[in-house]
Amino acid sequence: MTPEQLIFIVVGVVTLIAALSVVTSRNLIHSALWLILALFGVAIFYVLLNAGFFAVVQVVIYIGAIAILFIFAAMLTRRVMQDTGPQSNSNWWIGALIALLLLVGLAFILINWPGFTTPESDLANQSDRLSQLGLALVSPNQYLLPFELASVLLVAAMIGAIFVSGEKKQ
Amino acid sequence: MIFLSDPITFIANWLGNLLLGWGLSQAAVTVILKLIGAGVTGAFGFGLVIFTIWLERKLYGRIQDRLGPNRVGPWGVFQTFPDMIKIFTKEYITPDGADKVAYNLAPILSVSAVLLTWAVIPFAPTIVGTDVNVGVLYLLAVGAIGALGIILAGWSSNNKYSLLGAFRAVAQIISYEIPMVLALLVPVLLGRTMGVNSLVNAQQVWFIVFSPIAAFLFFTSSMAETGRAPFDLLEAESELVAGFQTEYSGLKFGMFYVGEFLHAFTISALTATLFFGGWRGPWAEQLPILGVAWFFIKTFIIYFVVVLIRISMPRLRIDQMLNFNWKFLTPLALILLIVTAVVDKVFFIVLPGLHLMEVAIPWVRAGVHLLVNILIILGTINILKSYTIKDRPVVAKPRPVAVAPEPPASVIS
Repeated sequence: MTPEQLIFIVVGVVTLIAALSVVTSRNLIHSALWLILALFGVAIFYVLLNAGFFAVVQVVIYIGAIAILFIFAAMLTRRVMQDTGPQSNSNWWIGALIALLLLVGLAFILINWPGFTTPESDLANQSDRLSQLGLALVSPNQYLLPFELASVLLVAAMIGAIFVSGEKKQ
Repeated sequence: MIFLSDPITFIANWLGNLLLGWGLSQAAVTVILKLIGAGVTGAFGFGLVIFTIWLERKLYGRIQDRLGPNRVGPWGVFQTFPDMIKIFTKEYITPDGADKVAYNLAPILSVSAVLLTWAVIPFAPTIVGTDVNVGVLYLLAVGAIGALGIILAGWSSNNKYSLLGAFRAVAQIISYEIPMVLALLVPVLLGRTMGVNSLVNAQQVWFIVFSPIAAFLFFTSSMAETGRAPFDLLEAESELVAGFQTEYSGLKFGMFYVGEFLHAFTISALTATLFFGGWRGPWAEQLPILGVAWFFIKTFIIYFVVVLIRISMPRLRIDQMLNFNWKFLTPLALILLIVTAVVDKVFFIVLPGLHLMEVAIPWVRAGVHLLVNILIILGTINILKSYTIKDRPVVAKPRPVAVAPEPPASVIS
């Protein structure tokens, strides 16, 4: 077993346990903390896949922005420290069914996919993959339109947030 | 000779060969060496903070016309060790109703966030923890973990002052991250790379010459990130007892303390690396150990400025601090980024027509950027001047304080 495989297995187990704890933990803040651990695990998977940029972006956006926002919102809720109340309602079996179907479907697709069994080939251009990504995002033949659309969406969300929270001038 | 000029690489090669000789695979050796490197870097950071705590207390004392620590060792250099022993022996107090897990996790997070930064700082051309090609983004990612530690500390203590401190911390750290990111993009733009060591390599001319505004923005906003005076709103003693760390005692408080001092030193190291050429200096490339010396000389000079600002500035009010960020730093950073990008692109389009010598190109480029920066500074000062308070609003007529009383009628007659 190579060290990479060992790291993969350990991180995989930790990520799965953390992901499970996000939904089973009774305290909102603890859930958020477990979520951060799970997201860290995903970041480490990106590193193992030689995608350092995505690993760092995962940490910046998901942990630095989204998870902190979760914790901040949970901090403002009342009685967050008390662990009372039922965790699931009467529809739990529908959720379980959908999750199971999704798992079966994903497994089915992955098994039929030829890349599942063949080992990955080494990626070309080890060094300037990052600048290739940057160029792909702004080249009209590749991802310029989705990139700009996402930017417009974010700007709209930002203006909306300012409008909703801003003071109304009489 | 190789040992004298580049000891770290020498030891790493020697250890690697030794482990390979014992029959370990190359991958395992890499992992072991990385682990040892991480341990050494972390221990080095903690060792350094023992010294900087003394240095800062001494400077603090001297500027306030006191002697500062002066009992243990020459000039009190070893004062931190008794303090450490004292703090080790103190009792851990966990307040009633505190969230145990988060309460104990918070100090660890806030120290480790600062220590993680040291993984990408290049001490010398060859002495780098890891030269990741997204080093600048990594710095931001790590900073986010520090904010997390402070929020958790404030929330889990079950204390309203702690919580208020945490709210302020969120407002401060997250909003000051914006000008910091924008200012960091300027060196990335000029150096055409996101790796920290490559950025140092790209500084034939220091980036402070290219863009003094970016250096100012980065320095100011990372000062705010450390949460020290004049930006110490998150632990303002006169308002919030001690802010997010009110309920911490013993070594857990010590962790926050060490984290704060190490953070102050780390931002000096980052400023030195990104804007003052890092390990660059005469003969640094032939003799890597000399690069370490240049790096620390620059870092300590900037650290002195950090300490000086901390000591001599009064604390800002919370609204002043947020206004300063959103109405001054952020617009300035946005304008600077756009102007720098346009000017640099135009410079490289015009460049072939200028017939410059190969050596002169970085200097001419730096000069053009410096000129543009000076223009931006002049424009900013003019705009700021139009907002100065020219005269105070008059709310009442001036009234003399001491007026001779009318003499009583009996006296006149």
